Amino acid sequence: MAEEKKLFKVTIDNITIDVEPGTSILNAARTIGGDVTPPAMCYYSKLQGSGGKCRTCLVEVAAGSTADPRPMPKLVASCRTNVMDGMVVKNITSEKVIDARNGVVEFLLINHPLDCPICDQAGECHLQDLSYEHGKEGTRYEFKRRSFDKVDLGDKIQLHMTRCILCYRCVFTADQLTAKREHGILDRGDHAQIATMIQKNLQNDFIGNVIDVCPVGALTDKTFRFKNRVWFTKPVDAHRNCNKCCGEVQLWMRGEEVFRVTARKDEWGEIKDSTQGKPGWICNDCRFDKKETSDWVIEGPTKIDRHSVISQGHYVGVTKPTETFNAVHNGRSPKLLMDIHDVSEVNKQHIELSALNRPAHSTDFDKK
Amino acid sequence: MGRKVLLEHAKIEGIRYYDTYRKHGGYTAVEKAFKMAPNDIVEEVKKSGLRGRGGAGFPTGMKWSFLAKPEGVPRYLVCNADESEPGTFKDRYLMEFLPHLLIEGLIVASYALGSNRTYIYIRGEYAWIVDILEQAIDEANANGWLGKNILGSGFDCQIYVQRGAGAYICGEETALIESLEGKRGNPRIKPPFPAVKGLWDCPTVVNNVETLAAVVPILNMGGEEYAKIGIGRSTGTKLISACGNINKPGVYEIDMTISVEEFLYSDEYCGGIANGKKLKACIPGGSSVPILPANLLLKTAKGETRMMTYESLSDGGFATGSMMGSGGFIVLDEDQCVVHHTLTLARFYRHESCGQCSPCREGTGWMEKILKNIEYGKGKTSDIDLLWDIQRKIEGNTICPLGDAAAWPVAAAIRHFRDEFEWHVQNPEESQRRNFGLAHYADPLAVNA
Repeated sequence: MAEEKKLFKVTIDNITIDVEPGTSILNAARTIGGDVTPPAMCYYSKLQGSGGKCRTCLVEVAAGSTADPRPMPKLVASCRTNVMDGMVVKNITSEKVIDARNGVVEFLLINHPLDCPICDQAGECHLQDLSYEHGKEGTRYEFKRRSFDKVDLGDKIQLHMTRCILCYRCVFTADQLTAKREHGILDRGDHAQIATMIQKNLQNDFIGNVIDVCPVGALTDKTFRFKNRVWFTKPVDAHRNCNKCCGEVQLWMRGEEVFRVTARKDEWGEIKDSTQGKPGWICNDCRFDKKETSDWVIEGPTKIDRHSVISQGHYVGVTKPTETFNAVHNGRSPKLLMDIHDVSEVNKQHIELSALNRPAHSTDFDKK
Repeated sequence: MGRKVLLEHAKIEGIRYYDTYRKHGGYTAVEKAFKMAPNDIVEEVKKSGLRGRGGAGFPTGMKWSFLAKPEGVPRYLVCNADESEPGTFKDRYLMEFLPHLLIEGLIVASYALGSNRTYIYIRGEYAWIVDILEQAIDEANANGWLGKNILGSGFDCQIYVQRGAGAYICGEETALIESLEGKRGNPRIKPPFPAVKGLWDCPTVVNNVETLAAVVPILNMGGEEYAKIGIGRSTGTKLISACGNINKPGVYEIDMTISVEEFLYSDEYCGGIANGKKLKACIPGGSSVPILPANLLLKTAKGETRMMTYESLSDGGFATGSMMGSGGFIVLDEDQCVVHHTLTLARFYRHESCGQCSPCREGTGWMEKILKNIEYGKGKTSDIDLLWDIQRKIEGNTICPLGDAAAWPVAAAIRHFRDEFEWHVQNPEESQRRNFGLAHYADPLAVNA
């Protein structure tokens, strides 16, 4: 019998689990799932060398290991820090972490155009989720936001640098999936940009995957731009025989019409491995050209997390939760995201609208 | 007179050339080193208590002993000559006038660490120094101090000079390594540290020019003798590049036993404040370290005399102290405006941020814009608190120390000169016409009994 592998015990937000040596804190937290998983904007488990850049996944290490229980002096990037045996990590139970994360989200948003109403990524945007959870209701940034012209990278992909958060995921994708390096980062600091030097087409069978890895709406599918909102489309799993890729995709349909084809994603928004265990990257033919239902064998509806806006209107595979609230939270106190009364312009507790004998007018809300 | 160890022969005519350098006792350290075992040299450096002269002040001997030594994998020594900290120009002086001292130190350190290929990564703006260094390397080669089988010891070593392209970030050791490999100079995410995985994924030691040059006197006089210079854990001599409103700006070698007051006012060193003005503030260790007002510079908060040592300069933490840093001593007189000065630094860090991690990329730009508003009379009182909040959220949350380096000067300026910022905000028109002046910054401190 093979010798039993020694597993590392790691405690994240008071939940103790055993993980294999060499696992990062983030991946350990992902095995627990739920609130204790730090958000990740730049880390992508399928891309080598990614992570460590966005700083949203910062966590506090309260004890380094059993051998050396000193806490780490700074917050660490959980995606690039490996667990040690007996490590104690604090994520949402640490005020320092929440404070730093709020700061990072604010930094990410100061130069983001916040054009969600016209952005194709809205509804499946990681930055949108993150700012709902950690952002402030107003901005303290009073200056002109950074902006760039839109650039076409070939006839199928559009790059809108204004929305980019410089996570480097697309650079790693292009580096690792395609033979020739064609795009990278130009300039530095807050004027750094993803570019192809001279506006060059990206031509590779797999370059379309940069759209899937982009956490924001900086890289968009030109065959889908402005065609529909993602929450009006229904995602279904489908496959076809493709001689280039695994051929397993998600079709985003409305009625009988296929609006968009993407690779299948897991609960962390990353591309899933195919059922044969191969990487799930899909080729440009499948992504951009096969837009008929007749091209595909449809397997059935995709499971969408019921918290996602995409699931609104079509709650596929959802059962009413049976656990009690306390069981779900496992002894932790619930996280209050924001006080709706503080945020809303309309919901002011102290304004008694029923006292009015006429329809409410905007001036009624100005009363302090 | 302070003791000169590094710059002892700097003023000698022709010391830049091999013959003169050799005549004045050059390369004796190499001769001595090759009679020792490599590990004994590391021990000797440990005994000397030499601390990194690039800014962080990490014990050099300790850093050398951390170097991983796996079988069959080459090890590299890299000399960090990417001296780009505003206010620091000590390495430039050393390399320009005593190139052989650096080469000698590099040969000794290469032998101690087992590096057969040693690199000098020099900042691109020091173009003429590249020629000086390459000429020195050629001379050392011609005289058998470099190349194959040096002095019949069986040890091969070659030194290469690589020019950077003028980026401050490439002074950070992992960004330097990336740049040396021919990539974009982005700092790497640590761990792994360069001592395990550095240049071309091999164990690497990156040391500052002055640190490596200091290895020569350590070998010549012995580690214990070297450790006798200085106070406490600040051993040896330090090059200080003094600039700003002083009578005698320049590079000075100090043994770390003198007080800041002596350094600033004695005729041997800075010679006092220029034009008979009064001292307002000073940055004692290069632009990244916290600025100190006059009353905290000469005396610590406890009322003790502040000395030019690592410990004394950082006495009181960041609340009332600063850092030795890289030794860029920047002096501001009563006519200088701290807000304008902070804006200049913020603009520098915004320009030099690599843009890899979000707090530094976005935060440095934001701080510069707010400071610009305050400086040009468009600021609000809330901006000062906002600045404080931004620097707090950058510090410690970035990949490399550039984020900290950008946050500290702003934090210290607000901490010690808050009334000057408020005066700027409250008197937007007057602040365009005149400076806040000396105010009370030189007043004696109320020492807590």
